[in-house]
Amino acid sequence: MSAHEPVGGRLLTKPFMVFAVLAMIGFAILAARFFFGLGAVTNLNDGYTWGIWIVIDIMIGTAFGCAGYSVALLVYLLNRGEYHPLVRPALLAGLFGYTLGGMAAVIDLGRYWQIYTLFMPWYAQFNSIMLEVAWCVTAYTIVLWIEFTPTFLERFGLKNLRQKLSKVLFIFIAVGILLPTMHQSSLGTMLVALGYQVSPLWQTQWIGLLFLVSAILMGYAIVPFEGILASMGLRRPVEGELIARLSRIMFVVLAGYLIIRFADLIARGALGLAFAGDLDAVMFWVENLLFVVPLLLLVQAGNRSSPRMIFIAAISLLLAGSVYRINAYLVGYHPAGGGWHYFPSVPEMLVTVGIFSLEVVAYLVFVKKLPVLHRA
Amino acid sequence: MSQSTKQSYAGLDGYEGSLGGVTRREFLKFCTGIAATMGLPAGMGMRIAEAAASPQRPPVIWLSAQECTGCTESLLRSTHPTLEQLILDAISLDYHETLCAGAGHQAEAAKKASMEANKGKYVLVVDGSIPTKDGGIYCKIAGRTVLEHLHETAEHAAAIIAIGSCASWGGIPSSGPNPTGAKGVSKILTDRPIVNIPGCPPNPYNFLATVLHFLTFNRLPELDNKARPKFAYNRLIHENCERRPHFDAGRFAVEFGDDGHRKGWCLYKLGCKGPETYANCPAILFGDVGPGAWPVGTGAPCFGCTEEGVGFTKAIHALSELKTVTPPVTYPRITEDKGQGVSAGAAALAAGIVGAAAGAAVVVASKIGKTSDAPPKAGPDPEQE
Repeated sequence: MSAHEPVGGRLLTKPFMVFAVLAMIGFAILAARFFFGLGAVTNLNDGYTWGIWIVIDIMIGTAFGCAGYSVALLVYLLNRGEYHPLVRPALLAGLFGYTLGGMAAVIDLGRYWQIYTLFMPWYAQFNSIMLEVAWCVTAYTIVLWIEFTPTFLERFGLKNLRQKLSKVLFIFIAVGILLPTMHQSSLGTMLVALGYQVSPLWQTQWIGLLFLVSAILMGYAIVPFEGILASMGLRRPVEGELIARLSRIMFVVLAGYLIIRFADLIARGALGLAFAGDLDAVMFWVENLLFVVPLLLLVQAGNRSSPRMIFIAAISLLLAGSVYRINAYLVGYHPAGGGWHYFPSVPEMLVTVGIFSLEVVAYLVFVKKLPVLHRA
Repeated sequence: MSQSTKQSYAGLDGYEGSLGGVTRREFLKFCTGIAATMGLPAGMGMRIAEAAASPQRPPVIWLSAQECTGCTESLLRSTHPTLEQLILDAISLDYHETLCAGAGHQAEAAKKASMEANKGKYVLVVDGSIPTKDGGIYCKIAGRTVLEHLHETAEHAAAIIAIGSCASWGGIPSSGPNPTGAKGVSKILTDRPIVNIPGCPPNPYNFLATVLHFLTFNRLPELDNKARPKFAYNRLIHENCERRPHFDAGRFAVEFGDDGHRKGWCLYKLGCKGPETYANCPAILFGDVGPGAWPVGTGAPCFGCTEEGVGFTKAIHALSELKTVTPPVTYPRITEDKGQGVSAGAAALAAGIVGAAAGAAVVVASKIGKTSDAPPKAGPDPEQE
């Protein structure tokens, strides 16, 4: 018998309705996007071809979705079985992050009806990083659904199938650890192709590693973030002990990240730009202060056992990783030719809000109806 | 390299002397260039070279009717190789009024002798239109009408090529009111296949390529419904015109010397007939002097010389009939939108989202202590949220 159970309870609660309405607004705008094109809805232009639908919905969305990857790394690769109760909620976060990220990619494709060609190897251009990311993200999304399948099988009492799946599940778990390692770094490596157009504060040959480590960090941060929110909203006990131990791992990885980040900046002699006083510099400090705050919070052993402090540190980390991605792809990116401007339009932002709202709505449905959360 | 190609090279070396001062290299380049003009594979250049250097040079009889010698002038200006090298070495030009060494009865006798000696083997080339009114008395050579000459010469010709717009369908002499009843060769010799190489003047390489095709393969190249070689006349000028992007973007010169004309915009509104005229002018150009050396390239609208019913028929500044695409009523913007700064609404919404998230985070963080102190172990309360 599984150690997980559905939370149960009424589905149509007030937050559920609010987020459902927000999601519907987003979809109404998407209808306009598919009828009248990207230009009618977004502020994208030939200089800024990627806006928040890519940077937030995909880059940040899938980094949030790294919860499944980060926890799996811990449980299966480092053999720390005690974290097992965190696996399913983390997988769920990954499931949503990646599925909606993939959806956002289709929305953002100018000629979305050509997307099937992506999966025909004879059309493939094997020197393209975009191809690697597209294949990898798609494969991982499928793997996530397979990894999550036991939840459905348990819900519908298909024990036979569940047992058969258990025998081969380790393959998918292994692949599920390999794939994000590849594409989360590639999401950063794509930036290298933009060359001098990206400020040296972000443009570096180490960007792949920095994106990967920050994605792992965000994956760890989402676990206490989601766990604490769920325990409050759904009136459940916090997995206090586990989260406290996780926060120590977070601290170590975070310290490692900051060392690489600043060592690289100093080695390249790019740190001077952080004092230029322009928008790039300001955003650079906002980003890195958000990384430093959790470091300072978690360095104190007392804070590491306080759910409140861990929650604040987690939020700060999630924001830091998000600002890092926005900085690298939008703020620090100065398209060649000069004179380009981009700030998301109102409909553009509402779509992003809608996608994240959909994630909340789906989360509520899943945890209430499926055995996701650990038995209280 | 295949055995046969090696032999071809060896064979050509033997004809070095017979190439009349052209180096072997130049000659092969010419033949390969001609193969390219016709869209044949590169190796075909060798076969063309063999045919052109054959000691049995095919005899050619060239008849001139109501013409301006423009076609001959144009051919004289082909440079790789020059026409005289072709006609003295590749073909045997037995009769041509402009280029004949002899004159008068001597020239006529040479023609007659050649026709008898090469019965059924010679190529007949005609330039100029044929007058038919009043028994064709408006153009006579050696006391006989061109009409008679044509019938007589065509009877035993292996192939007949009508060069220039006049020979192809009547050209300028046939324009209204057409006082001489001028007609093209194909309207008179209705029972014979005739190749038309229209143009005023035609591009010499289209003619040379057609002749060499015949010499090499012993048959004429594929023709379109107006008997023009497809390799040269199967595309609209409009399709390969270097000004075409201006047409598609709606940038037109509307007066000679205006801003658009100086900037090299599309000449459609000045009456350019490129959209209804089939020819390869924009692709192979004229005079071997490099890019832009063709009418539209120099800012002169095409007048449709290769197209029956257009050249010498339509008014020069009349708009052409668009056979493929018509220009749209509205055009896409040419300027590149570089985006504006933040709009007030967007800024407000962004601030609102950040504010709401921050507020929610603060509220949650402040509540954590209370709930974690006494976590409710009971089942979830459906009313709570």
